[in-house]
This record gives sequence, structure tokens and C-alpha cells, in this order.
Amino acid sequence: MRSERLLIAIAAVALVAACQRETRTFTQPPAGGVTLNAVQLTPLHAGAEPPQPPVPNGYQQNAYAMSQGKRLFSAYNCNGCHANGGGGSGPPLMDDVWIYGSDPQNIFATIVEGRPNGMPSFRGRIPDDQIWQLVAYIRSMSGLAPSDAAPSRNDSLSTKVSESRQDTQKPVQGGSEPAPSPQ
Amino acid sequence: MLLAMLPMATPLAGAAPFQNALNPTGIQAAHIYTLWNVMLGVCTVVFVATMIGLLIALRRGGRGDETTPAEVARFGDPERIAHRSVVASVAISIALLLFLLAASVFTDRALARLPLQNALTLDITAHQFWWEVQYNDDPPSRNFITANELQIPVGRPVIARLHSDDVIHSLWVPNLHGKKDLIPGETSLIQFRADKAGDYRGQCAEFCGWQHAWMAFNVKALPPSDFERWAEQQRHSAPEPATDIAKRGRDVFESGPCGMCHNIQGTNAHGQFAPDLTHVASRPTLAAGRLPNTPEHMMAWIVNPQQFKPGANMPAVPLSPDDLRALVAYLQTLK
Repeated sequence: MRSERLLIAIAAVALVAACQRETRTFTQPPAGGVTLNAVQLTPLHAGAEPPQPPVPNGYQQNAYAMSQGKRLFSAYNCNGCHANGGGGSGPPLMDDVWIYGSDPQNIFATIVEGRPNGMPSFRGRIPDDQIWQLVAYIRSMSGLAPSDAAPSRNDSLSTKVSESRQDTQKPVQGGSEPAPSPQ
Repeated sequence: MLLAMLPMATPLAGAAPFQNALNPTGIQAAHIYTLWNVMLGVCTVVFVATMIGLLIALRRGGRGDETTPAEVARFGDPERIAHRSVVASVAISIALLLFLLAASVFTDRALARLPLQNALTLDITAHQFWWEVQYNDDPPSRNFITANELQIPVGRPVIARLHSDDVIHSLWVPNLHGKKDLIPGETSLIQFRADKAGDYRGQCAEFCGWQHAWMAFNVKALPPSDFERWAEQQRHSAPEPATDIAKRGRDVFESGPCGMCHNIQGTNAHGQFAPDLTHVASRPTLAAGRLPNTPEHMMAWIVNPQQFKPGANMPAVPLSPDDLRALVAYLQTLK
């Protein structure tokens, strides 16, 4: 009985220690040592298999990173085209359709490199760690973030559940399809 | 303790007015200061009287020893002297509290009665962790925006609409007025007037996050003619860089990450998310009162802001040393 209790206590402490949800990392990598090429756009490569670049998306389990990402999403005017995830002149981000992939690396590459038909390149404009925060937030919009990390409420005065906590939306018929070009 | 408190009641003569509610330089702070003195006086009298009562009780008590039978108060036959003094103390307490209430109400009325003819109107927006100040004028094309500094003409009332961009903050310039909260989604109003020229410090007075303590701003009260000159200067766009290094600095600012958040009027940098830097070199401090505004501090701040204000929204920006030098050289020209 005693040893059981002790085990439970140790497990509880270990769980608390393992929780990175509220960790806030302010010290950033030293300036100059940051590359914006840490992402591979195609699976093809010349010669032998190169080492896979690490994807430092520790932010995916972190509520602070996600809320920072949300702040940056409007600060950098992402919602100018994507609205609040619902899409406008840019594709919606809260559904499960990903033109260029839903992996963190893919979204990172989309932001850094830009994509055809309107997505601008933010290369050299946004520091890497902020892009990873944006990635964490964007993934959370379509339910790809763990629900225990996603913020449960909005920062703004809103009665709605945070979009990070909503289920992935099904695409509306024809809503996200490009209009057929007149032949 | 009482002796230690007394010197605080008098303004520190000769000391520079920095951030001191006991050195009022505006009519409203003077009212608050009067109220503070009244309250201090009343509390001092009450404290001294209570202590004297206690000493008398101590002297009169303790007349018995172990053999003396316990003195049990008899119901229905209270000691008449004790009864009288208790009633008297309660009556005096009620009277003094009512007096303080009245004094407080009259002070509030006096604060609200600031004449507002020809007032200067501002919109002050609090952000984590800095202040944005918009000077309104007629026509609105004469409006201008600055950050972390408030310059006001002496003797002219100021009406400030207060907004918050994120959480609840509170505006406090102790030399001029009391505190007023800035609440997201709501506009509050504060009116004040500086009656003496000088430099004062304002501070966020409601805990708002990691860098609450470093969310300060400078208030400069100056003669109306000097104020008009300063305002005219602030309305101008940033000057065209004159030297090659400054030109390169502007290119770095426009093409790098700076312009994503910051605005410099007259360039292609139109970020609306961070302090307006159109006249950054004319301000006394950097990063909301955190650092003095020198080229060295500016460089250190850009290289690693999180070292000075952990949790602030300014990220460390990877720049080559040459670019960094050019950038700071350019920013220093923005008088």
C-alpha cells in the first residue's frame, strides 16, 4: 500500500516535470547562426542520402508558442488573405486540405519560400523561431496540435472556443476549389 | 516607524522631480497630495492617541499578584468609566472616518473640475510592454504618433483617451495625477495638466506580464512655444539619409525584418505592430525606459532584446555586423 502511494507520487511528479506546455523560451539562438534553408522542398537529392535537417518544432506542445503564433498571424497580416483560418483570397487553413503538405517543415517552407499564385516569400523577413511559432499555430487551426497544449480560450474578447481547440473543418463543396478558367 | 514616515510628508527639496507623488507639479497631483497630508495627519493623531491610551493601561494594570483573585467583569454592572471611554472612542472614530470620507469626496470633485478649454487631446494605447501616443489635431492630417514619451505644454489641459491592445494596464504619472486603468475593449478618459516645466516619469501601475516593471515612459512638460516646435518636428517624415552608411541602414530596415513591425514615416516600412520609429533618435530612452538612447545601447538592444527585456515582443534579429552598424547609424539620424 505504502509503496503504491509512493509510486503514484513519483509518477505524478514525473508527469509535472515532463509538461512543457507553459514553458516560455526567451533566449534565442545567437544571431548569425540561423539559416533559413533548414527545409528540403523535394524528396529528390543528388548523390547519397543527406542527413535530415532537424525540425526544432518543440513549439508544437507549447501553449505559449501557439498563442504567440496567433499574435504574429495577425501582426504579419496573414489574415489579410487567409482570414482567421477560413480563407479568403488565400486558401483556408482550418480544413484538412493541404496543397503543400501539413508537416511542420512543409508549412515552414511555405512561409519562407512562398508558393505560386499569391503566397509571398517571407525569407529574411521573419526570424526562424517566430516562423516556428506561426507553424505551431497554423497546425493547431486544423486540429493537428495536441488538445492539451492548444489554448482553450481566445485572447480577444470572444465567446467562441479558440480555433486551436476546434475540430478540423470539412471543406465546403467548391469553396476551396479554384474557379474553372473560361476556355 | 512614525519618525521614519514623517520626512516623506514633505517634498524632497532640491531633488529632481522624477517619479514622486509627494512632489506635485500639476493641480490634480496637488489635490491628491493635500488629501495624503490630511490622511497622514489624522492617522498620526489616532496612532499617537492609541499608543498613549495603551501606555496608560499598561501603567494602571498589573497591580495584583498570584494571590489576587481573578477580576471577573459582572454583566449588568459594567464599569462606568470604561463604558464612557469606549463610547467616546467609537464616536471619535466614526467622526474621523466620516471626515476622511468627506475629504476624499471633495478631492475627487476637485480632480474632476479641471477646466478643459483649449485642451490637447491624445489617444494613449498600452501594449505589452510599451506605450503608443497619438496627438490629435484639426485637421487630422496634422496628427502624429510617438512612443514611450509624452511631451505636453505647461498650463494647457490634456484629455487622453486610454486604450489597451492586449491586457489591463494602468497609466500613472505620480507628479501629475493618480492612476487610470487601460482596459481592452473599453475606452477610458483621463484629464490632467502640468503646471511646472520639467521631466517626469510615468509607469504602468497594473501588473501586465513579464516586463511590467520596465513599461515606463517619459513625460516632458515644456513651455507652449517649445511644445509647438517639437510637435511640428514630429509631424515631419523621416529625413532622406545623407550618408552612404545611413542609406545602407535604411535599406536594411526596409528589406529586413524591422519593417515587418515598425513604422518609419517616409520609407517603405509601415509595420503597425511595434513602436513608431520615425523620430526615435529624439527620444531620451529606448525600449520603454529600459535603456538610455545611445548608439551603443541601441546596438545592444537590436542584437539581443531578450537579454534586457525577457518576454518582450521584439525578437533577436540576425544581422551581419556591417548591416547592424549601418542600421544604427541610420536610426541615429531620425531626430
